[in-house]
Amino acid sequence: MSTNAIDLDIVREHPQGLETEEMTLNMGPQHPSTHGVLRFVVKADGEVMRRAIPDIGYLHRSIEKIAEKVGYHGFMPYTDRVDYVSAMQCNQGWAMACEALAGITVPRRGEYCRVIACEFGRIASHLLSVGATGMDIGAVTPFTHAIREREYINDILEELCGARLTFNFMRIGGCAWDLPPGFTRRAIAFLDRFEPLIDEFNELISFNKIYVERLADVAVIPAEMAIAYNLVGPNLRGSGVRYDVRKDAPYSVYPEFEFDVPVGTGERGTVGDSYDRYMVRMREMKESCKILRQALAGVPEGPVVAKVPRTFRPPAGEAYVRVEASRGDMGWFVVSDGSAFPYRVHIRTGSFAAMAVIEEISRGLMIADLVAVIATLDIVAPEVDR
Amino acid sequence: MQQFADYLLDEGLLAGMPKSLGYVLVVAFFAFVLLNFIMLVAGVTSWLERRVWARIQSRIGPNRVGPQGAIQWLADGIKNIMKEDIVPTAADAPLFKLAPYLAMIGFFGAWACVPFGDGLIVADLNVGVLYITAVTGLVVVGILMAGWASNNKWALLGGIRSAAQIVSYEIPAAIAVNTVILLTGTLSMQGIIRAQGWAPWNWFLFDNPFTFVAFFLFFVALLAEGNRTPFDLPEAESELVAGAFTEYSGLRSLLFFLVEWGNLYIVGALCTSLFLGGWQVPAFTDNGFLLGLAQFVVFFAKSYFLVFVAMWIRATLPRVRVDQLMSVCWKYLVPISFVNLLGAMLWVVAFPNGWLPMRLGMFLFGVMTTLYFLMRVAFHLRRARPLMTWNPIA
Repeated sequence: MSTNAIDLDIVREHPQGLETEEMTLNMGPQHPSTHGVLRFVVKADGEVMRRAIPDIGYLHRSIEKIAEKVGYHGFMPYTDRVDYVSAMQCNQGWAMACEALAGITVPRRGEYCRVIACEFGRIASHLLSVGATGMDIGAVTPFTHAIREREYINDILEELCGARLTFNFMRIGGCAWDLPPGFTRRAIAFLDRFEPLIDEFNELISFNKIYVERLADVAVIPAEMAIAYNLVGPNLRGSGVRYDVRKDAPYSVYPEFEFDVPVGTGERGTVGDSYDRYMVRMREMKESCKILRQALAGVPEGPVVAKVPRTFRPPAGEAYVRVEASRGDMGWFVVSDGSAFPYRVHIRTGSFAAMAVIEEISRGLMIADLVAVIATLDIVAPEVDR
Repeated sequence: MQQFADYLLDEGLLAGMPKSLGYVLVVAFFAFVLLNFIMLVAGVTSWLERRVWARIQSRIGPNRVGPQGAIQWLADGIKNIMKEDIVPTAADAPLFKLAPYLAMIGFFGAWACVPFGDGLIVADLNVGVLYITAVTGLVVVGILMAGWASNNKWALLGGIRSAAQIVSYEIPAAIAVNTVILLTGTLSMQGIIRAQGWAPWNWFLFDNPFTFVAFFLFFVALLAEGNRTPFDLPEAESELVAGAFTEYSGLRSLLFFLVEWGNLYIVGALCTSLFLGGWQVPAFTDNGFLLGLAQFVVFFAKSYFLVFVAMWIRATLPRVRVDQLMSVCWKYLVPISFVNLLGAMLWVVAFPNGWLPMRLGMFLFGVMTTLYFLMRVAFHLRRARPLMTWNPIA
C-alpha cells in the first residue's frame, strides 16, 4: 500500500462556514500500543477518526521464500516465527501439510502430545491478548496478572520442549520429544489453579463498568461483514458465527474431545462488538482447559513420532491443510516437485484479514477506540507480514 | 508562620533591615524550605506509588536503592538531571522551555496555602481555598503550552485534552468546596479546619448527607484535575504515546512528573482539610511542640491515606474515553453537585449549628461501610493466598 493514495489535505466545509482541516496522524510503527510494528495512517478530525488506513510490511521476513531453501525438516524452526505468540499451532500446521503430502500417519500418542501443546499455546496466546486489551484500555494490573499465568504455561512448555517462546516441538510425523515424567501431574495442577483464576480475572476487569463502556458497542462487525472480510477464529466467532476448524473441518484427534465453541452474544451491547470478541477469548480459555483435561487423562501408550526418512522427499503434488490457530483458521499450502525442497509454500493467517477490516470499522470512532480495536482483533504483527 | 516572619523582622535576625528587603528574604527562605519539602514528598510518593502498584500487580517493584528501594526516587532524579535536554528542531523553543516552569509555578503556588498543623502554614490567606483553586489553573497553561510548542500531533492532542478536562472538572470541584464554605462561612484553610473537631463525627465528611456526597464529588474532580487514572487522558500512554510530554526529556520531563506526584499530595491535603478534620487532634498535652508534632503526623497520615487510595484506583481502573470523560463531568457530576449544593443550603437553613444525631448516624454509616469493605478485602486476601504461594514445580 502506498501512502500517496491518500489525499493529504482534505478541507471540509462546515454548514456554518467554519473550515476545519483533517489532521493526518502517523500511528506506529513505534507507537506503544500497536503491538509490534504495525502502522496506521489516521485521518482524524480532532479526536474522531475519519479513516484509519493500515500499512503493513514492517515485519516481513520472507518466511515463505526461506522454506524453498531450507527443506522440509529444516523449515520447522522457522514456522515458530510465523506467529511467535502461539508457535505450537504453526508447528502443527507445517507438520500436517508435509504429512498430507507424503501420506504419513502420526501415532496416536504423538497426536495427543500435539493437542496438549497446542491448547496450552492457545491459552498462553489468549492470556496475552486479553491482558494487552486491558493495558490498551489503560488498566495495567490485568496485564501483569495474565502474564504471570502465561509464565507458568511457559514453564510447562519449557519442560516439554526446552523452549519458552519458539518451541520447535513438532516434527513431520509426530513430536520431537515424549511427555517428560510427572508432566501430567504438573499440568493438571496448573489447570486446577488456572480455571478459577479465569473467573477471578473476569471479576478484576471484564465486568468493570468503565471497561465495558469502553468496549461494548465499539467497532461492531456484523456477521456478514466478518464473512465478507474473511475474518477467522475468535474474531469471526465474536460476530456470532459458530465456526471452528476443530469442529467443522476436524483434524488431529480433536473429534475425540468434548468442547463447546463460544460465540459472541452481544451480552453488553451489539453482537460483534469489541466486548464480544474479548469475551469469546475468555471463554475459549475455559474450553481449552476442558480439552486439556480430557487429553491429559487419555494419553495412549506408544511412540510419539512415525518413521520418517531423514531426507524427506515427498512425491510431487500439493497439499492444503488448515489448523485452528489462536488467531483463527491458519492455512498451509505447500507444493512439492518431488525434490528435498518445497517448490512453493504459502501461509494464510488470521491477522492479515483482521488488519484489512480495520479501515472499514474505524470510521467515526475515536482515536482511543482504534487502540481497543487493534487489541480486541488480537493482531500480531509477524502473522500479518510473515 | 506569619508570627515567625514578624518575629524575625522585628526582633530576630533581620531586625535592622528595611522591611521590604526583609520580607523578600523571609519569603525566599520559606520558598526554599517548601521546595525541598515538596521534592521529598513528590519523590517519596513516586517510590510509594511504584511499590503499591507492584504489590497490587503481584510484582516486587524497585527494591535495590536503599532499604526496600526507599531512595530509588533520588537515583531516578539524578539520572534525569544528567540526561541530555533535547529541544526538537521544529519545536517552538522558548515556549517549549517555558512550559514545565509554568506547570511548576501553578503547582508550587498551591503549596503556600496547604496547612500542615496549627500555625504550620506558609500563608493563611483569608481566600485560601479560592486561591488554591485559581492558582492550580496555571498547570493547565503549562501542559497546553507543552503540547502546542512540541510541534507534535500526539502532544497537541494531549494538551487539548488536558485543557478541556481540567477546565471542566474545576466546576464540580468548586461547587463541592462551596458546600463546606456554606457550613464554615470562611475560605481560609485554617478556618475551615478549626470549624471541625478531632472526632470523626465532627468532621465535615459526616456533618450531613450533602457534605458526604460532596466529598466524593470533590475527590473525583480532583483526580481528574490531577490527571490521575481513570482520567489520565492527557498522557494516556497507550493512546497518545506520552501525551503532552512526548517530546520532553531530562529535567524538563522530570518537572512534569514532579507536578503530577506532588499534586497527588495536594489532592490528599485538600480533601483532608476540607472534609476529614485536617490536623485536629485532642488536646492531650500542654507541650506545644509535641502537640504540633502530633498534628503534623495526623495530617500527614490522613493525606497519605487518600494518596494511597488514589494509587489503588490507578492500579485498578481502566481509562475512560474522552467523550465519556466529558459526559461524566457535564451530565452527571455538575448537575449532582448543583443539587447537592441546594440541599446543603436547605440543611444550613434548617440546622444552622448542625444536628448531632445525623452526624452520629452518618459516622456509624461510614464505619459500617468501611467494616464491610474490609471484610471483603480480607475474604479476597484469604482466598488469594494459596494462589499467590503456588509453586509450579512442586
